[in-house]
Amino acid sequence: MSGAAIEVRGFSQDFGGVRKIHALDLDVHRHEIFGIIGPARSGKSTFLCALNRLNDLVRGSRHEGSIAVDGSDIYAPDVDVVALRRKLGMVFATPVPLPRSIYENVAFGARRAGIHGRDRLDGLVRDSLEKGGLWEEVQDRLGTSALKLSGGQQQRLCVARILAVKPEFILLDEPTSGLDPISTMKIEESLRKLKKDYTIILVTNNTKQAARVADRTAFFLNGGLVEVGPTAKIFTAPDDKRTDDYLRGKFG
Amino acid sequence: MGTVGRGARNRLERNDRLVRLALLVVAFSAVSVLLIITVFIIEQGTPIMFKYGLKSFLAGSSWYPSEKVFGLWPMIVGSIYVTLGAMVLGVPFGLACAIVLTEFSSKRVRGVIKPVVELLAGIPSVVYGFMGVVILVPFIRETFGGPGLSVLAASIILGIMILPTIISISVDSLQAIPPSYREGSIALGATKWQTVKMVLLPAARSGIIASVILGMGRAIGETMAVIMIAGNAASVPGSLLAPVRTLTSNIALEMGYAAGEHRQALFATGVILFVIIMVLNTVANVTASRMKGGRRG
Amino acid sequence: MKRRIDPRTEQAVVRTVLWTLTALTVLILVYIIVFILRKGIPALSWEFLSKNPVDMGKAGGIFSTVVGTIALTAGAILIATPLGIGTAIYLTEYTWEGPVTRVIRFGAECLAGIPSIIFGLFGFILFVTKLGFGWSILSGSLTLAFMLLPTIIRTSEEAIKSVPPVYRTVSFSLGSTKWQTVTRVVLPSALPGIMTGVVLSVGRSIGETAAVIFTAGSALRLPTSLFSSSRTMSVHFYILAREGISMPNAYGTAAILIIAILGINILTYYLMNRFIRRYS
Repeated sequence: MSGAAIEVRGFSQDFGGVRKIHALDLDVHRHEIFGIIGPARSGKSTFLCALNRLNDLVRGSRHEGSIAVDGSDIYAPDVDVVALRRKLGMVFATPVPLPRSIYENVAFGARRAGIHGRDRLDGLVRDSLEKGGLWEEVQDRLGTSALKLSGGQQQRLCVARILAVKPEFILLDEPTSGLDPISTMKIEESLRKLKKDYTIILVTNNTKQAARVADRTAFFLNGGLVEVGPTAKIFTAPDDKRTDDYLRGKFG
Repeated sequence: MGTVGRGARNRLERNDRLVRLALLVVAFSAVSVLLIITVFIIEQGTPIMFKYGLKSFLAGSSWYPSEKVFGLWPMIVGSIYVTLGAMVLGVPFGLACAIVLTEFSSKRVRGVIKPVVELLAGIPSVVYGFMGVVILVPFIRETFGGPGLSVLAASIILGIMILPTIISISVDSLQAIPPSYREGSIALGATKWQTVKMVLLPAARSGIIASVILGMGRAIGETMAVIMIAGNAASVPGSLLAPVRTLTSNIALEMGYAAGEHRQALFATGVILFVIIMVLNTVANVTASRMKGGRRG
Repeated sequence: MKRRIDPRTEQAVVRTVLWTLTALTVLILVYIIVFILRKGIPALSWEFLSKNPVDMGKAGGIFSTVVGTIALTAGAILIATPLGIGTAIYLTEYTWEGPVTRVIRFGAECLAGIPSIIFGLFGFILFVTKLGFGWSILSGSLTLAFMLLPTIIRTSEEAIKSVPPVYRTVSFSLGSTKWQTVTRVVLPSALPGIMTGVVLSVGRSIGETAAVIFTAGSALRLPTSLFSSSRTMSVHFYILAREGISMPNAYGTAAILIIAILGINILTYYLMNRFIRRYS
């Protein structure tokens, strides 16, 4: 398929009349890790939630412009939003395991999609946990409560959970902000491996993480895109002074 | 991309809309029942009030159904006396418990008192009435004279019965006060009681008043316990020790065998009772919402 | 010069008064329970529970009233629970605060304040007379169901509101429809809280007398169908005590009632603990 995986054209989003994102234009390429950095309140998370139309659930949300995934406008009238959200899986900043077993957490999305039958689910759960880098640690206690896992393990569980619904894109919203360095490293390692099969968009307030992991990086400020480009360039020779100032820590 | 055809999407939307509609209908069941109750009670009870005249109905001091004399005044007074008596007992005890529960007790003690209060709320009214008959009424008769079946007995038992209502709502309003109020007061050197008296009680005032009004509503609406211990004489009680009949007892005592206009008169009693309760509850809810919503300053 | 009471003395006095009043309240309850159980338990036996009343209740047991109580309570709960939970779901998940929700809540609050005798009257007018069901378990269950409705709505709503909002977000982001989110994530998490409301309503239904007498009647025979008139334990207790038919049997019935209430309260605590433990 030609064209970028995700094409955003002139996209704006309002909540109750307050504009949170202004006229965004950007592309995300297939099988890359696309990093988004910027200070708080810059619209990074809002943008992420626009991609899977999670913002629709907020009362009084409006948008302008378009977002096309694989060439199709996600706001077209005949779009199946439920399928869209499986296609773009999301991992949140705080790991939120559902109050059930590890197995049931991973199987949750698949069950909703109509996949039943112990054999299929068993294989799917194992596969997802392996890809999420958690299988070894939990393989003999799949039936225990997911709430008993450590923070880092819970977050890897959340990754496995979305992998089980066979997405094409993985959206991560500050996934390691509350985690210890080792868990952070493990997750970053998983992302590098997952890039092969998925397209990854990573919002992070830790610029060093973007530098480590992202292929291209975008800098958001006050709801708008300031600059986007290959990570190396953004971090060494950004075009925009604001990007430079932010990376030097002059604000943020 | 994961699109669905126009038909399928409309099906998803339609399902969601159907669910929402079905739940809306269900949600209106409470309101509908309320409306139906109001309609039926009024429909059955008001004709006779207009036939005999509202004034004679409410102010008439004799109730002789067999002679078609329907005066509710003794029962109205009876309900008022008994309710006031219940408040005299219930409010101080109830408030005391609420204050002790929230401000003066350790977690362990609270773990004892709270279940006790909830248990008190669960005891059937007939059991309360029974205790009144077996213990309280003879006691009153022997200590103070009179038949024992009296305003006093009813007030005491009703006072006990409304304790859980007053306690739980007052506790809620006291607990809703932010800790900073307490901390600020203590920091200024006040004792715990001074904090309670001068900061907390005023702050919780609307909630406490709401609990009192709701307690009143419960007392006025109580039937079984009152029938067993109040004596049920259809005359204005002359003293605390005199027997009394309330509006609720009036209905319950005679409903079993009433017919024709007598029965309609009992429905009319129901209307009066219903109106009183509705007014009380609306006032309570308004006061309570002021507790929840409109704290200023 | 104004005489000032030392605040610490004032506090000591007040504390004594408050604690005395509280202790009296606790003692009253303990006294009631001990009294009934002491006099009632001797009358209890397997015969008492399994035999029907004989001779207007002077002899025999209370079996038919036990059946009547169970039938009436079950009927009421079966009607009130779906209606109550459905209302709670609508109020929390399918709509936002506005005139519609205010009307619904107002209706439920008012219903909660109506005394049981009025429900009895209403049930008598509508179910027993107008709809022609007569004094029956059906009339009684319907009437009781509407009495229990506000409680179930209120506790269900609280339980559903306590489910962390992120659970819903996660569910949606994994590709669930709204209904799936409600039934697979919200309701299961809210279940202990909802059950608490149901259990409390069962307790209330067992002890209810005024509404039941005028709708289900007071027949002593074992009920054979929904349209049979039937006596519940609390009605039976009332009649035994009031008419002085048999004090031992009255105490026995009261003891059963108290034990049932105790059991229900304990069950409620167990459920609430499970609810709290889930989120800690």
